[in-house]
Amino acid sequence: MANVSIREIRKSFGPVSIIKGVDVDIADGEFVILVGPSGCGKSTLLRMIAGLEDVTSGEIRIGDRLINDVPPKNRDIAMVFQSYALYPHMTVADNMAFSLKLKGAPKAEQQKRVGDAAASLGLTDLLDRYPRQLSGGQRQRVAMGRAIVRDPQVFLFDEPLSNLDAKLRVAMRAEIKELHQRLKTTTVYVTHDQIEAMTMADKIVVMHDGIVEQVGAPLELYDRPRNRFVAGFIGSPAMNFIDGTLSDAGLALPSGAVLALHHQPPAANGSKLTYGIRPEHLQLAPAGTPGTIPAVVAVIEPTGLDTTLIVKAEGGSLTVVLRERVTLRPGDAIALRPVPEQSHLFDEHGTRIATL
Amino acid sequence: MNTWLSPEEWTAVGISLKVAFTAMAASLLPGIAIAVALERGRFWGRAALDVLVHLPLVLPPVVVGYLLLLGFGKKGPIGSFLAENLGVVFSFRWTGAALACAIMGFPLLVRAIRLSLASVDRKLEDAAGTLGANPAWVFLVVTLPLIVPGILAGMVLSFAKAMGEFGATITFVSNIPGETQTLPTAIYTFIQIPGGEGGAMRLTIVSILISIGALSASEWMARRVRRRLSTR
Ligand SMILES: Nc1ncnc2c1ncn2[C@@H]1O[C@H](COP(=O)(O)OP(=O)(O)O)[C@@H](O)[C@H]1O
Ligand SMILES: [Mg+2]
Repeated sequence: MANVSIREIRKSFGPVSIIKGVDVDIADGEFVILVGPSGCGKSTLLRMIAGLEDVTSGEIRIGDRLINDVPPKNRDIAMVFQSYALYPHMTVADNMAFSLKLKGAPKAEQQKRVGDAAASLGLTDLLDRYPRQLSGGQRQRVAMGRAIVRDPQVFLFDEPLSNLDAKLRVAMRAEIKELHQRLKTTTVYVTHDQIEAMTMADKIVVMHDGIVEQVGAPLELYDRPRNRFVAGFIGSPAMNFIDGTLSDAGLALPSGAVLALHHQPPAANGSKLTYGIRPEHLQLAPAGTPGTIPAVVAVIEPTGLDTTLIVKAEGGSLTVVLRERVTLRPGDAIALRPVPEQSHLFDEHGTRIATL
Repeated sequence: MNTWLSPEEWTAVGISLKVAFTAMAASLLPGIAIAVALERGRFWGRAALDVLVHLPLVLPPVVVGYLLLLGFGKKGPIGSFLAENLGVVFSFRWTGAALACAIMGFPLLVRAIRLSLASVDRKLEDAAGTLGANPAWVFLVVTLPLIVPGILAGMVLSFAKAMGEFGATITFVSNIPGETQTLPTAIYTFIQIPGGEGGAMRLTIVSILISIGALSASEWMARRVRRRLSTR
């Protein structure tokens, strides 16, 4: 096991700069998730850790060892790909034994380690099959088994669950987390799915457009997003944003409503700010209550557990998640009262300047 | 059967098979190497090599045969060097026919292998690297098995081309019965002489049978391999 340290990493493909200076520290045994929208450079960064892409500049270390120029085979890593990358001409057992065969490990050891990994993944009965005879979920397990048998210092996962259906994805999430708790191997896991990131990670690295927007524990990012991008990316349904103007009375919204602020944010009166509030932090109030946001119900989505409302307000739409069941109907005029200490203010650059 | 084809005709069939197999076998390894270099390599002169390999496809076969005669003939620079130092002679020998056929079929072989290389999922090779394989092993254990269908297809094309090669062969090694007379040149000879239609027809039928045999054999092998390699 080992820590991974990424310093000032940059990557260009020809003239196009894809990774624009990234620093990440991954502690020994930590489960770190790189999350961000498609195309932000997550896979490229992971492939640089694996040695499958050259580093344009910067340093990558595993343990104390600088590995920029170390070929993949000597990095002591194992990578699981979204497409699984199983060898079609080899059985499950041979796929899983691949790294041991390369090392020239004795047959008995190969069988034992493949057998153990297969047992822990529920693959024992499938060892003689070929990948084409497996379901997507089974192939995914074989790919993980192949990585486990390698017993590397670092596991690298590139969207390993993205090809599975929703139900299996949820099950595998728990299984991978459990696996990590058992093996405690340092893991870097890439996904575009923020729920995957929230549920699985010790630490989340939010990437956007080749840079790191924020690094932190899941709830830290949820409660204290550093900027509007992270605030909007983490959380589902996403945070609501309303443009407002700072005044003596508080934040003036487009409808004329004024939200009282509990303390003065570090901005001058007249500043254009963005108000951010999560759907579960909006509560229903009687229409016309001062200090609330007037709204008109557009869509009601009961899930049984909670109720999601889409409402028209402040020249756009807002999402509200209520724990209780409601008797509202589309077209009803309501008012929304924000939970004050859960409201965020962002300046014109998108940086969070205050949480009220 | 012996009564159906004359001894001379049997000889021509035998030479043709020998030439075609030799041409195919000898071009296999260079064909794989050049296909890999052209498909994966980033080196100076790659475009020029690409053109050179494809030339036999577009040049008149007679021109290729004549160039071989100039280069590999008794007085040619390469031919005289090989004859003096290694005792290898191409001109007017069946080996020369094999050389001509190998060169004419080479672009077909290389193209088939390149196509299957291009369709290999690079992630499979990447995964092997991360699992501890060096590039040579990745090629041997992962890439090579995956491109077997392309190699088989290329071999059949090369063999079929050799079975039918006429212009370059007759220009380079002539049409000597018992040494360089192949199926096509024998058929050509039969057509030239009065009363040769029977022989021409018999060899034509043999030629068709061999081609069908080669195609079926390769189809059968390719189907087996494809089934083994399919991911579904
Ligand atoms: N080999 C490559 N050559 C050129 N551009 C590439 C290459 N690989 C990735 N890119 C580009 O880099 C950007 C980031 O890609 P990637 O790391 O795969 O994003 P992500 O995994 O976050 O979706 C994309 O715009 C992609 O087109
Ligand atoms: Mg990706």
